[in-house]
Amino acid sequence: MINLDAGIPAGPLADKWDSHRTAINLVAPTNKRKFSVIVVGTGLAGASAAATLGELGYQVKAYTYHDSARRAHSIAAQGGINASKNYRGDGDSTYRLFYDTVKGGDYRSREANVYRLAQVSTEIIDQCVAQGVPFAREYGGLLDNRSFGGVQVSRTFYARGQTGQQLLLGAYQALSRQVGLGNVELHTRTEMLDIVEVDGRAVGIVTRDLVTGEVKSHSAHAVVLATGGYANVYFLSTMARKSNVTAIWRAHRKGAAFANPSFTQIHPTCIPASDDFQSKLTLMSESLRNDGRIWVPKEADDRRPAGEIPESERDYYLERIYPAFGNLVPRDVDSRAAMRMMEENRGVGPLQNGVFLDFADAIKRLGEDTIRQRYSNLFEMYERITDENPYEVPMRIYPAPHYTMGGLWVDYNLMTTTPGLYAIGEANFSDHGANRLGASALMQGLADGYFVLPYTIGDYLSGWLGSDPVTTDHPAFTQAEADVKERTNELLAIGGTRSVDWFHRELGKIMIEQCGMARSRPGLEKALSEIPALHDEFRNDVRILGDDDNLNFSLEKAGRVADYFELAELMCRDALDREESSGGHFRLEHQTPEGEALRNDEEWAMVSAWEWQGHGTPQKRHTEKLVFENIELKQRSYK
Amino acid sequence: MNLKLRIWRQANSATKGELIEYRVNDISPEMSFLEMLDTLNEQLNAAGTEPIAFDHDCREGICGMCGVMINGQPHGPQLGTATCQLHMRKFSDGDTIVIEPWRARAFPVIKDLIVDRSPFDTIIEAGGFITVPTGSAPDANLIPVPLDAAESAMDAAACIGCGACVAACPNSAAQLFTAAKVAHLGLLPQGQPERYTRVEAMVEVMEDFFGSCTNHGECEKACPKSISIDFIAQLNLDYLKSKMLNSKLAGQR
Repeated sequence: MINLDAGIPAGPLADKWDSHRTAINLVAPTNKRKFSVIVVGTGLAGASAAATLGELGYQVKAYTYHDSARRAHSIAAQGGINASKNYRGDGDSTYRLFYDTVKGGDYRSREANVYRLAQVSTEIIDQCVAQGVPFAREYGGLLDNRSFGGVQVSRTFYARGQTGQQLLLGAYQALSRQVGLGNVELHTRTEMLDIVEVDGRAVGIVTRDLVTGEVKSHSAHAVVLATGGYANVYFLSTMARKSNVTAIWRAHRKGAAFANPSFTQIHPTCIPASDDFQSKLTLMSESLRNDGRIWVPKEADDRRPAGEIPESERDYYLERIYPAFGNLVPRDVDSRAAMRMMEENRGVGPLQNGVFLDFADAIKRLGEDTIRQRYSNLFEMYERITDENPYEVPMRIYPAPHYTMGGLWVDYNLMTTTPGLYAIGEANFSDHGANRLGASALMQGLADGYFVLPYTIGDYLSGWLGSDPVTTDHPAFTQAEADVKERTNELLAIGGTRSVDWFHRELGKIMIEQCGMARSRPGLEKALSEIPALHDEFRNDVRILGDDDNLNFSLEKAGRVADYFELAELMCRDALDREESSGGHFRLEHQTPEGEALRNDEEWAMVSAWEWQGHGTPQKRHTEKLVFENIELKQRSYK
Repeated sequence: MNLKLRIWRQANSATKGELIEYRVNDISPEMSFLEMLDTLNEQLNAAGTEPIAFDHDCREGICGMCGVMINGQPHGPQLGTATCQLHMRKFSDGDTIVIEPWRARAFPVIKDLIVDRSPFDTIIEAGGFITVPTGSAPDANLIPVPLDAAESAMDAAACIGCGACVAACPNSAAQLFTAAKVAHLGLLPQGQPERYTRVEAMVEVMEDFFGSCTNHGECEKACPKSISIDFIAQLNLDYLKSKMLNSKLAGQR
């Protein structure tokens, strides 16, 4: 039976986290070494959690399918990390960061979680600076900030266009120190393929060694999933190619509730696709919107090059429609505005699938050197991909899937509905509601990993003092190992005609069309009939060459795509079920006269948490009502 | 464009490998190098031949997973560019492209174009960090960092750990990789307390795996992040100082 009691502490919002930390059970320093914890994934959330748990004295086992803990996709985050330091003296505060995040998420996140996130945001910056993260600085040696979408203060800390890389390397280095000291046992090129439960609680995982194919069990007192998001379900996205849903999907199949699966973010500033062979989309950081101006021609089907379109014939549509926030409206608002420009046939570029992001004014105002200092690596990346020089001609950008707000349901302690199983970072659903603000993913990953989970996990572990972990010869482990081997053998035995990538691409087309930026009842119903059909075809016609005893990318990927099919169905079902628009979830049936997302707070101010019912049976929906005591729910306006 | 490819195939670390010739046709100049390999793999899969294994992930030049020798050059002909960011417009119709894995004893081949780069992690584990237990840090602005020092530290910190520097080096030395981390942390005020123990520990482990640096400078040219070999000079200076400053070794001299 699913229990969706989030366990939010009583008392005033600002005191909840402090009083909770004081009230929960602790594990004494000398007892910590008696507990083992498994951490799956070594991105920002996983690496920071594993490092911190190791420092605290727990026996930690960490797992990554990469060859090193430094490769996780957190590394590709460009723009920055938010913190309410108020170093600019522009009126920032914990409450303002909290308020912006809840509003930015279109009022579909939990107040208490978001407030805690805002509280610990400042500690993250302190921690990272002390670790040697080379954040951008002013001439006086103090930290610099910039602005991101959806806010009216400058609270984003950054390291050129490589903030994610530098934060991840900080966490990776902290983790490496623990590995060197023997406090963390790190398993690389090892993929988690199942969760093991005994008496309804998580007791371990089953992994496959990606080099040798060996399937193995690992047990511990608790399991933490820090395995990121699932935007690759769309095939073309800004995610790394290996990013996948498998770890959290396996947990979902074993009983963990999956929350708000249809809440996905389509990021407005990506390089448009150029052809069918395209394998991924590349993000151009939102920070570019600090200085770049977005526009399209006023007339439809205007194919002139940007330089030949006079000022009077350009439509700076974000500045026109949203004068208060201009080019820095939140991502969902920006993406939909771009989509409307496409619908009006005002797209630019060879395939008319982009809008301009123009730096000419900024270069005139600040000089090319300043722009180069701020964005050189992004401009170079753009030029490598498109062969166009953005110092001379405007960039072309278009929205692309980028982040998933949905994920495993967790309580205030970040524990899923399965006792002993935690989900942190993008893998959980917790803090971003229906839309994530820029520079908040890094903040949440590190908040969970450094400052929340290491405290809250003690509350669970303390209850198991004196008991050893379930051993891996327990029948539950044997069974899970057999299941994993069977799945692998089944995939290899199909021997069809089409590649895994072909199926993934086809699935992506259905998803982006029907469950992407705009969704409708007929479209979602169509997707719900097409996805199972394609899944059947996959089961009969996928061709996976090679064997199970050596590195085999097709085999790895086939397992992940198989899970995407099931996830895709759940996403569409959730999108169909939620009869409102909120944030990134835009139902064409529910919009304001101006075409903005129209929420239905009466019925839908809640979390949908889906419970697995077995293959072929639709999941059952449970709900957690969202209570807003500190923020008044309003129609979001950025005008 | 139509291309002839000669690609290293090797089933696993225990077997011998060889260069095999393939042809790909109608390659668009807009394709990335890895998308060209994707196209070849689709072709191979359809023909019943196991696809070529190559490491890759973010395809944005930042994760450091990808990297192959392209006509003898790590990451190919474009300066400061990782394999995934290299586009086919840098090649011409009728070209023959030889594609091999990194060549270095410290990086054994796992399969086809994939090598084991774990010694890099071992170097970091030995000292590539600043010791800061979570929660013990002072307010971030209590540690001012001169702008030039911060910028220079960032230049070094840009390393993506791909291994091209080792592959490019005639001695298979890992000096540029190690120096980048030593410089990143050693240039910052936060990195001072461990500066000399760090460099000593990292160099010691580095020398267990890799050859010695004899200042060829190939690493800098191969580096997809154009990290300067000036940092190697800094590494050498700090290493020399460490031998005098780390008093625990005083008795050995």
